[in-house]
Amino acid sequence: MTDQTTATVAAPPRDTTTALTRVREIVTSSPIVLLATVLLAIVVLSAIFATWVVPHDPVRLTPSERLKPPSDTYWLGTDAFGRDLFSRIVTGGRISLVVGVGAAIAAVFAGLVLGLLAGYIRWLDAVLMRMVDGLMAIPNVLLAIAIVSLWGASLWTVLVAITIPEVPRVVRLVRSVVLSAREEPYVEAAIAAGSSTWLIMRRHLVPNTVAPLIIQGTYICASAILTEAILSFLGAGINPETPSWGNIMAEGRIYFQINPGIVLWPGLIVSVAILSINLLGDAVRDALDPRMAQRGIDR
Amino acid sequence: MSDSLLEISNLRIALNGDSDKQVVKGLNLKIQPGQTMCLVGESGSGKSLSALATMGLLPKVLSPLEGSSIRLKGEELLGASPGRMRNLRATAMSMIFQEPMTALNPVARVGQQIEEVLEFHSDLGQSERRRKTLEMMDAVHLPDIEKLYRSFPHQLSGGQRQRIMIAMALIMRPQLLIADEPTTALDVTTQAQILTLIRELREQQGSAVLFITHDMGVVSEIADDVTVLKLGEVMETQNVDNLLRHPQTDYTRDLLRSVPSQVPRPPRSDRSEKIVLKTDDLCKTYGGTGLIFKSREVKAAQDVSLKLMQGRTLGIVGESGSGKSTVARCIMRLIDPTSGSITVGGQDIATLSQKELKPQRKNIQIVFQDPMRSLNPRIEVGQSIIEGPLNFGVSQEAAMARARELLELVGLPASAVDRFPHQFSGGQRQRIAIARALAMDPDVLVADEAVSALDVSVQAQVLDLLAELQERLGLGILFITHDLGVAAQICDEVMVMQFGRVVEYGPAAQVLGQPQQDYTKALIAAAPGRHWDFANFRPFAESAPAAGG
Repeated sequence: MTDQTTATVAAPPRDTTTALTRVREIVTSSPIVLLATVLLAIVVLSAIFATWVVPHDPVRLTPSERLKPPSDTYWLGTDAFGRDLFSRIVTGGRISLVVGVGAAIAAVFAGLVLGLLAGYIRWLDAVLMRMVDGLMAIPNVLLAIAIVSLWGASLWTVLVAITIPEVPRVVRLVRSVVLSAREEPYVEAAIAAGSSTWLIMRRHLVPNTVAPLIIQGTYICASAILTEAILSFLGAGINPETPSWGNIMAEGRIYFQINPGIVLWPGLIVSVAILSINLLGDAVRDALDPRMAQRGIDR
Repeated sequence: MSDSLLEISNLRIALNGDSDKQVVKGLNLKIQPGQTMCLVGESGSGKSLSALATMGLLPKVLSPLEGSSIRLKGEELLGASPGRMRNLRATAMSMIFQEPMTALNPVARVGQQIEEVLEFHSDLGQSERRRKTLEMMDAVHLPDIEKLYRSFPHQLSGGQRQRIMIAMALIMRPQLLIADEPTTALDVTTQAQILTLIRELREQQGSAVLFITHDMGVVSEIADDVTVLKLGEVMETQNVDNLLRHPQTDYTRDLLRSVPSQVPRPPRSDRSEKIVLKTDDLCKTYGGTGLIFKSREVKAAQDVSLKLMQGRTLGIVGESGSGKSTVARCIMRLIDPTSGSITVGGQDIATLSQKELKPQRKNIQIVFQDPMRSLNPRIEVGQSIIEGPLNFGVSQEAAMARARELLELVGLPASAVDRFPHQFSGGQRQRIAIARALAMDPDVLVADEAVSALDVSVQAQVLDLLAELQERLGLGILFITHDLGVAAQICDEVMVMQFGRVVEYGPAAQVLGQPQQDYTKALIAAAPGRHWDFANFRPFAESAPAAGG
C-alpha cells in the first residue's frame, strides 16, 4: 500500500445501498427468513386492521353459541362466553404487539441512556451496575407480577412491568460496547480536541451501539410478547375483557377438553410470532455483523 | 535444480481464482539447504501469502492459478492431499508467526503445546516426549525449563513466547522453517536475541529458513539471499551484500533510501528559547488503592522532567513497558498524573479539571499510532477535522475552509473532506490525523508512535511531512518511538526511558552517538542493521575510512 502524495485519491464509490435495498437484502437472505417475514407481516397487518378483518365483534357475548367447534360461521369455534375465537385472536394481537414493540423501544432507550452513563462516567459505573445486578437477580415474571399488583393492571403498567426487567441486559450490552469504544484513539482525539462528554457520546459512542441494539431490540420484542402472555395467563395482565393472546389462553384453560382450540390456536400464534421475530433478529445480526455469521456457519 | 530444498516457480495467487485479481504475480524462488532467504516487501506485496501457500494454509478465497508450482525436495505441494500436507507440516516444514500470543493456545500449558507436536507426528512414549520437549526448550535458551514447561502463555514474556513457538516449529527438525515477521511484535533487544537464535538453530540443524520481513535492518542481519516483492511482483533476487550495495531496481533503491539511518542527523542551529512544554517530576502510579487490601502498585512513570522548545523535536525512546506512552497520555491529560506538573502555554495543567483544561487543549494535540483506528469510521474526514475548531466557537464554514487548506497542506486533495476514512490508505489516514491535530493551531504536537504502523516508504514521507510542518509552523514535537533510527533522523533531543524512569536525556547526537548509560548502549547495539548505511548503499565502516579495516 503506497501513499499517494499527489491528488490521486480514488473517487469515492457512491453509496448506493439505500435502507430499503438493505432491508430487502436481509429479508431475502434465506427462504426461512422470508417465510418468517411473511408470517409476521400477516400477524401484524391483521392486528392493525383487525376492525375490518374480523368477522364478528370480539367482545360480544352470545351465550347460546358457547364452546362451538370450528364451523363456517366461527372459523376457529367460540369460547365459553360464545365469543368468536378467530376474532379474539386477531384483535388480541394488538395488545401483544403493542406491548412487544413498546417494551422493546422503551427498554432499548432506557438501557442506552443508562449504559452510556455507566460506560463513560467511571464513578457512576459502580453504582449503576450494582443496581442493575440487583434487578437481574429477580426473575423477570416475578418482578413484573410484583409491579402489576402494586399499581393495578392496565396497558401502561403492564408495559412498564415488562420493560423494567428487560432494561438490565440492554444496559450491560451498551456499557460493554462503550467501554471498548471509549478506548479507541478517535475518541481520545475528540477528548484532546476539547469535545464535551455529550458530544463524544452522541457522535462517537452512540453510533457504535446501533447495530447491537437493533438486534437486542428484536429479542426483547419477542420476550415481551411472551411475558405479556404469561402475565395474562396468570391473571396478572390486562383486564380480561380486552382480548390478548395470554388471557384468551387463560380463559380457555378450563375448557381445554371441550375445545382445545381456545388454548392451542393463540399458543400457536404466539409461537409463530416469537419465532419469526427471533429469526428476523438473527438475520439482521448476520447482516450487521458478517464475522458473527461466518463463525456461525463455518466453525 | 534437484539440490534446491524449496523451489517455487511461477507462483500466481488470485482472488476467487480470477486471473485479473492476482495478488502474487509469478514468484520464482529457490532455497538451498542451510540457506536463509529473506522475502522483503511492504504491506500488500504478497510476501505472507506466498508463505501461506507453501504451507497449504491459504484462505479459501485465494487460490494458486494453473501453472504455479511449489516443490519441497522435489515433491509438488500444490494439489497435495490435505492429509499429506498435514504430515509435511511440522515434519518437513514449519512456520512461526508474528504475534506469539495469538499463535499459542492461551488455555494450555506451553510444554504440552510443544509436546503435542511430537504426539501427532512421532510414536515416542510419554516420558521420551517430555524429555525431548525439555531438550528443545533448552535449545532455544529458555530459562528454568522445568517451571516454564508448566506455565501458561500469558505468564511468559513476548520473547519467551516466541522461543516456545520456535521450539514447537523445530522439534521435528524440519528442513524448512518459514518465519513470517517473527520479530516485528518484539522489542529490539528481544528481537536481536531471537534473530541470533534462529541463525544458531539453522547452523545446528542445517535447515533452510524462509524469512519474511519488511525491515531492511533485519534483512542485513540474517539473510543470505533476498527477494524483493512489490504488489505481488518480484523486483529482484540477489545475494544480500550485492542487494544492499548494488540494488538493481528503482524500487529497491527507494526502499533502502527510506530506511532511517541510525546515525543522528546534525543538530539544528536555530535555537528558540521559548519553552512550549515542560514537565517536572511527572509520576503516574497505577493501583495501590483498595479499602482493605492495597492492590499492587505499578509505577508507570517516575520523576519524568522534560523541556520542549518551540520548533524543536524531543524524542522519547524505549521498549514496551518503559512508560513512554504513559508520559504522552499524561501530558495530553488522557490520564491523570499522580504527581508532578505539566506546563503548557505557561500554565500548569496537571491538576486542572476537564472544564478548566478546555482552553489549554488548543495548545497541544496528538497523533496516534494506529491509522485504522484514529479516525471515526462513521463520519466524513472533514467532520473529524473540524470537530475541534467547532468546540472553540469557529463557524462551520470557516472551519471547513480551513480543513480544506490543511488537507492540501498535508498533501491530500481538498475534496477529501467529503470522504470516509476507509477510502484512504494507512499513510493517507495518518496525514488526515495530522491535519486534524493542526486544525487547532497547537504549539505542541505529540506523536505517539505515529509512524510505527506504516510501511517504510510511507513512514519516510510522513516524517518528511512532519519536518516540513515544523519548519513552517514552528511546532514543538514530542515524538514517541521505539525505533532508534526514526529518533535519530528527526529528533533534536532524545530521552531514553526504561521501567518508567528516565535513563538518559540530552541532545540526540550525544545520546545516540556517545551513549553514557549501559541500557542506551544495549539498545543501540541491538538495533538491526546498525552497521549499514542503507541510503548510501554501503556499510558504515567504509564511509568512515579511519574506522575501516
